[in-house]
Amino acid sequence: MAKYLLLKHYRGAPASVNDVPMDQWTPEELSAHVRYMQDFAARLEGTGELVDCQALSPEGTFVRYDGEGRPPVTDGPFAETKDVIAGWMVIDVETYERALELAGELSAAPGAGGKPIHEWLEVRPFLTAHSTITE
Amino acid sequence: MDEALLRTLTPTVISILVRRGADFAAAEDAVQDALVEAVRGWPDDPPRDPKGWLVTVAWRKFLDAARADASRRHREVRVEGERIPGPGEVGDDTLQLYFLCAHPSLPPASAIALTLRAVGGLTTRQIAQAYLVPETTMAQRISRAKRTVSGVRFNQPGDVATVLRVLYLVFNEGYSGDVDLAGEAIRLTRRLAVTTNHEEVAGLLALMLLHHARRPARTGPDGRLVPLAEQDRSLWNTRLIAEGVDVLQAALTRDRLGEFQAQAAIAALHADARTAEETDWVQIVEWYDELVRLTDSPVARLNRAVAVGEADGPRAGLAALAQLDPALPRHAAVAAYLHERDGDPMTAARLYAEAARSAPSLPERDHLMRQAARLNAKLRS
Repeated sequence: MAKYLLLKHYRGAPASVNDVPMDQWTPEELSAHVRYMQDFAARLEGTGELVDCQALSPEGTFVRYDGEGRPPVTDGPFAETKDVIAGWMVIDVETYERALELAGELSAAPGAGGKPIHEWLEVRPFLTAHSTITE
Repeated sequence: MDEALLRTLTPTVISILVRRGADFAAAEDAVQDALVEAVRGWPDDPPRDPKGWLVTVAWRKFLDAARADASRRHREVRVEGERIPGPGEVGDDTLQLYFLCAHPSLPPASAIALTLRAVGGLTTRQIAQAYLVPETTMAQRISRAKRTVSGVRFNQPGDVATVLRVLYLVFNEGYSGDVDLAGEAIRLTRRLAVTTNHEEVAGLLALMLLHHARRPARTGPDGRLVPLAEQDRSLWNTRLIAEGVDVLQAALTRDRLGEFQAQAAIAALHADARTAEETDWVQIVEWYDELVRLTDSPVARLNRAVAVGEADGPRAGLAALAQLDPALPRHAAVAAYLHERDGDPMTAARLYAEAARSAPSLPERDHLMRQAARLNAKLRS
């Protein structure tokens, strides 16, 4: 088993096929979208493949150290930021192929017109905490 | 509260319930319930006969559950009418439990979880912690696994190779959470070796003991990976090494070589060397030849290239490597190592950095990046 992060982007990923902004959807379309995501997560819990899922606010703040004794400088949100992460799901699956399959399914969540959004999701493997013995 | 005793008794008690007529899933549930009660009650009121206590309580739990389930009424009546055999000798039943939990119809992750619970006696929470997934997810994984094997007859002969694969996967998961899975895998393999004298069970046990013996030297105090050649060999557990070598030798005399015996032989040759320089690389290459013949595994071929590089020089190692697919995991790391030994630090540094980018684990990535940094610093000065 290996864990993968499925990353959803507000901005930064290539455009979806069904690329209508959410605020232009009907309430029913939004509800259908939310239900799809919930059902998807519940099903993965049932198969023993769900680790975690969280939604993130699009608003972020940049922080950095700015010298001894001074407060850290904060700024943002950076309007020009190319990549804004919308949320994630962590899955624990047998194979990489299974991770791709599930990401594809998640990308098919319904959007405007009840049609799949076909949004791009990023799939990133977790680094494990220990090494397999190879010597 | 003797948790180790509870773990040891778990498979025995499940086997007894199954022999009395409970199906596997129901028996496993009932034993888990009994274990919970034992954990609560035993510290204040320890039973004189722990096994008898567990059997009695688990059987009562099973009957309670069966009564609550109308669809099971018929079987319950039938079962209660039967003469109940005593605990008696149960070695063979426990062996069947191994086979059932590692059944080929289960995906590896489910087989592992079920084995750890039914044979190993671990709680769902402990297994979930070890695999860093939520308890609810692990609970579902286990109940699906139980449903999958619930139709499998308990007396069907199982496949030893599948059981060994599951145990080795557990061993390689290493150590996270409050359960040492490597130690747990060794315990289960030891028990399996008592009930079956299959030579590959001995091979796997020897391999685990030999790997485990060197575990204290494999990582530094800061968690960093220490390569074999740099390990402090005084940290190796000589008692485990001696035991591993004994188990391996007994298995080898039966002249039925398998991949675990071959791997254990390689591990034994490493464990046998007092210094890295004394390692018998020529013999190690011969064992890798056997391993490649037995498994045709690309990983074995890759490791063989390393051994060839040590036995016949880095050029020979690189030649062996050139015949392998560069997309293999750790191919770049091996190439980097051989190029450095061949006196080409520039290529080695580039390859180490490349290997770090595709490393599967954090300690391995840090180790490879450190190697690249070391060579780059040397090249700059």
